Amino acid sequence: MSAPIIEFKNVKKCFGDTVIFSDFNFKVEENEIVSIIGPSGSGKSTLLRILMTLEGIDGGYINVAGESLWHMPWQGQYVPANSKHLHKMRNHLGMVFQHFNLFPHMTVKRNITEAPMRVKGVSRQDAEELAEKLLALVGLADKADSYPNDLSGGQKQRVGIARALAMKPSILLLDEITSALDPELVDEVLDVIRNLVKEESFTMLLVTHEMYFAREISDRVCFFDKGAIVEEGEPEIIFTAPKEERTKAFLNAYIGQS
Amino acid sequence: MEFGEIVSVLLQGAIVTIKIVAMALPLATIMAFVFGLVRLYAPAPFKQVAIVYIEFFRGTSALIQLYWIYFVLPFFGITIDAMTAAVVALGLNIGSYGTEVVRGAIQAVPKGQYEASVALNFTASQRLWRVIMPQALVNMIPPFGNLAIELVKATSLVSLITIGDLTFKAKSLADTTLQVGEIFGVVLVFYFVMAQVLMLFIKRLEKYLSKGLGRGGFSS
Ligand SMILES: Nc1ncnc2c1ncn2[C@@H]1O[C@H](COP(=O)(O)OP(=O)(O)OP(=O)(O)O)[C@@H](O)[C@H]1O
Ligand SMILES: [Mg+2]
Repeated sequence: MSAPIIEFKNVKKCFGDTVIFSDFNFKVEENEIVSIIGPSGSGKSTLLRILMTLEGIDGGYINVAGESLWHMPWQGQYVPANSKHLHKMRNHLGMVFQHFNLFPHMTVKRNITEAPMRVKGVSRQDAEELAEKLLALVGLADKADSYPNDLSGGQKQRVGIARALAMKPSILLLDEITSALDPELVDEVLDVIRNLVKEESFTMLLVTHEMYFAREISDRVCFFDKGAIVEEGEPEIIFTAPKEERTKAFLNAYIGQS
Repeated sequence: MEFGEIVSVLLQGAIVTIKIVAMALPLATIMAFVFGLVRLYAPAPFKQVAIVYIEFFRGTSALIQLYWIYFVLPFFGITIDAMTAAVVALGLNIGSYGTEVVRGAIQAVPKGQYEASVALNFTASQRLWRVIMPQALVNMIPPFGNLAIELVKATSLVSLITIGDLTFKAKSLADTTLQVGEIFGVVLVFYFVMAQVLMLFIKRLEKYLSKGLGRGGFSS
């Protein structure tokens, strides 16, 4: 077996006096799809944000694609990463946000072409071709020249997915990408992800409250509570025969709700 | 004195006022951006310099600043002509308020915009100039508009350092002709028209910059 593409080793993360992760260990294999479920405030978003370099860590190490994410070698030692190192490491990662975070002053097409052109130096023509392909993939070929504010929530999120894919990340991070949507718009977004993983292999880490989706798409489901993985395993097992009381209570509360 | 003559004398003054505005406004804008950005992003010692500038010019009166630059600096060997003194004093004064406009507008851009631009691996300067600033500019326009009007009004102070601006001409005309009603009536209209023209220009600018942001118009 090859080395995991993501590895957390004894990671510590605090916000002021609040400890989110005290000694966190976690691995993701290449092309594995991992869902993270768990109660609010358990650190699910923080985990993804640390990977996307939006949050630093207070201890431990993280490896991404065989290299340290938050540290870099310097004179035979590991020191905190500088912006150049982070810039290099971010090439592996892409993220889709709960609230889309599209650039409102750019057309849909430019939202998608801007980063490939400015960051990767892709030519305008190639970037636009790619954007058209991605927009077709997410079913929005006719919206290339619209502005984000003229789209529905589901359409915005599909643009968000296309924008992240345009950078060709090897790891895709999805943080509750349907939580801000009206219920009837959820499936058009989830369908995009379904099709995506059918056509290509991805390493994907997703935080979700859509249990049926986690169950159908994941290779592994991790139940998080208070900054630790309480239980993890194949979705069928986690959802039908969880061992831990806390997992059972969480899933029961969910089924009770919906 | 005939009304036509009054208007033509005052018009000369108005042109001087417009000249001062036309030069002080770019200076104020430059100061606002430079020190607003320093205040937000520069290392601590530079930030301190910015804070001293901002607090000093906001915390003292514009008239005293003008007097200092024109009357006091010569004692330190720095002599500048009245027009330059006026532009510098007003530019720095309005600019100090502008820094807070720049800073506030940048901070008002939702955090998610920064996060998305990190996730797409833009460099720090690309994040600022391609993502944050275009949105912040739209936030800046209304308060900048107000400052521009403040500037027009503040130019009347320069009459006190011998510049023949609109206010200066009006006062000297009034002293000699005693036709205060007509004179100050025309002055009022002139200042009002200048402010309106400025406002019109600002609204245009806002409309142009807010393309796609779905909040065109002059929101306050
Ligand atoms: N920037 C921050 N400053 C201080 N505390 C924070 C910050 N970000 C997150 N937290 C705290 O860290 C804890 C974990 O937050 P996180 O967003 O990771 O939870 P989550 O599992 O994603 O929850 P949810 O399901 O509500 O999204 C929470 O208690 C939260 O209040
Ligand atoms: Mg969250």
